[in-house]
Amino acid sequence: MANNDREVLVKVKNVDITFFNGKRPFKAVKNANFEIYKGETFGLVGESGSGKTTIGRAIIRLNQISGGEIWYKDLRIDGKLSKKDRQYVVRNIQMIFQDPAASLNERATIDYCISEGLYNFHLYKDEEERVRKVDEALNSVGLLPEHKSRYPHEFSGGQRQRVGIARAMIMEPELIIADEPISALDVSIRAQVLNLMNKFKEERGLSYMFIAHDLSVVRYFADRIAVIHNGNIVEIAPSVELFRNPLHPYTHSLLQAVPIPDPQIEKNKTIQQYVETEAEQNYDKAELVEILPEHFVLMTENEREGYERKAAALK
Amino acid sequence: MAENNVILSVKDLEVKFKVRDRVLTAIRNISLDFIEHQVVAIVGESGSGKSVFTKTFTGMLDMNGEVTHGEIWFEGRNLMDIKTDKGWEEIRGRKIATVFQDPMTSLNPVRTIGYQISEVIMKHQKKSSEEAKKEAIELMGRVGIQNPEQRYDEYPFMFSGGMRQRIVIAIALACHPKILICDEPTTALDVTIQAQIIRLIKDLAKEYDFTTIYITHDLGVVANVADAVAVMYAGQIIEYGSVEDVFYDSRHPYTWGLLSSLPQLGMKGEKLFAIRGTPPSLFEEIKGDAFAPRSEYSMKIDFEKEPPIFRISDTHWAKTWLLDPRAPKVEPPEAIRSLHQRMIGLTSKGGVYGE
Ligand SMILES: Nc1ncnc2c1ncn2[C@@H]1O[C@H](COP(=O)(O)OP(=O)(O)OP(=O)(O)O)[C@@H](O)[C@H]1O
Ligand SMILES: [Mg+2]
Repeated sequence: MANNDREVLVKVKNVDITFFNGKRPFKAVKNANFEIYKGETFGLVGESGSGKTTIGRAIIRLNQISGGEIWYKDLRIDGKLSKKDRQYVVRNIQMIFQDPAASLNERATIDYCISEGLYNFHLYKDEEERVRKVDEALNSVGLLPEHKSRYPHEFSGGQRQRVGIARAMIMEPELIIADEPISALDVSIRAQVLNLMNKFKEERGLSYMFIAHDLSVVRYFADRIAVIHNGNIVEIAPSVELFRNPLHPYTHSLLQAVPIPDPQIEKNKTIQQYVETEAEQNYDKAELVEILPEHFVLMTENEREGYERKAAALK
Repeated sequence: MAENNVILSVKDLEVKFKVRDRVLTAIRNISLDFIEHQVVAIVGESGSGKSVFTKTFTGMLDMNGEVTHGEIWFEGRNLMDIKTDKGWEEIRGRKIATVFQDPMTSLNPVRTIGYQISEVIMKHQKKSSEEAKKEAIELMGRVGIQNPEQRYDEYPFMFSGGMRQRIVIAIALACHPKILICDEPTTALDVTIQAQIIRLIKDLAKEYDFTTIYITHDLGVVANVADAVAVMYAGQIIEYGSVEDVFYDSRHPYTWGLLSSLPQLGMKGEKLFAIRGTPPSLFEEIKGDAFAPRSEYSMKIDFEKEPPIFRISDTHWAKTWLLDPRAPKVEPPEAIRSLHQRMIGLTSKGGVYGE
């Protein structure tokens, strides 16, 4: 396979995540399987409640998993870890949240907000080094050292999201899990934040897991995309391939539903209602099959022939 | 067909808010005619005045706000002559109804859905409670609630976000308004639900014969719903045209900026276009073209004198000095000249996904 030469940063293997509402268990993520490679942006796309944030939080160890394994390089990171290993994970995997306001401590100065991780893990020799790191982080997101004494509420949404990014970047992580980082921002500011994230990818070889509900944004940003519905990852493919040849019917309906800013396209489109596939209803009998190179679809044995025919028709 | 009757006409509207001891000018001299049966989309970034502008049509400005100048003509009268809340009741909800982003703000959490719909029918159409209930159930079915008889007695919290928005639409339609204002009605919803609600509003507009004013910052939604588009910036409409005019032949640098920064136009490995800077403070007096400090095309005059309206065609105008015959000729950015080509490239089968 073509992937052999790429370094795997995160491996999510047969992961189930179960929540308990009272006594009744609710499986929010069902048998998830994917890998995130070094230097790539991996998009995870689905509607609210589909389980995308839940997976992201499991990778940074905020959610427990009820089955399977999560690996960061050579270290298995689900379950109990030594203090040293926990620090190692936190340093290397950072998260950026959707709502820049809610993710910052309103009563702390920008200086403190950005330094928090450094303080928690004593990641600086002396005060001089801390200040230098904060200034560098601020500078890298286009904010000024003089902003340090200010408070989050004195900033616009776009600026607060930059503070959130600076706060993650100062830890010099290898992977950033970005959970809808631009959804709460105005159209004209979204582009600024996306450009900034891309800059870090190019300059520092940073990898991203980009969680979003809007496929059109992910297309530009991600190298590969996984589509999730009701806790099932139904399709994974390189971004261009997914848009050109969507194979799973849910991916189809999601692509149709996202409004494209082009009146000629929009006024002529029809939308089909998605009906759950057999694989989604019987996820214990389904698996992700590589139906085209690097293009995976969740299917049961029964459905296989149908997908194979569809895939063959594309060639 | 296609008679262009003006249903609502706004003339020189100015709105100010008192904020402690300062005054903020939210709307700066807008004039616009709304054409009957059209869907007009109002777009612009946060704070540009989209909501304030349309709130003046139903007398719903916050207490500290005031229309300081201008007229709003509707059914032969100037709505600015209405001085009492009682006077507004004839218009608000009855002739001009509004659907907001968060359905919970329009629903009473401790009343059943059925009660809330039939209450409006009884009040506005002078019907008995029997008749009102019958019509309410019919309306619930019409907006896509399954088993409306059974769900009639349920409370708002028992419905999903998308279903609640359907109920709000049913309530808005209960008195057969002439104009339906939709203020970001689907922003809080998932894309597949959004697509259903948009479709519903379009179908109902035909069936119930109302004119739609659709506020959104999502240009994809605009492309889907709009016949005409008004682009707002810092309290003014800076460009107005048919949806084709605005997407394929826009003239104002701000419209160019908005379109260029669409992530969908982004090419792998290329930087996305981003509008620099931030919108001006509405507390200060704005001189010239409000967008000039952020524009890559501004000329000396843009900082000195407010541009007038320049007409490009019967359906299309823009407020930018670039349209003055004396201005140098400039081309819009490449990305938006090839917008349609790029969008088609985004999708399989020439823009259509399907089997
Ligand atoms: N009650 C109020 N008091 C003071 N200023 C107000 C009030 N209501 C609105 N404004 C101001 O008027 C301007 C226009 O606001 P408006 O709500 O119309 O923007 P909008 O275009 O609808 O934005 P959004 O996309 O965020 O909904 C803003 O500067 C806003 O802060
Ligand atoms: Mg608004």
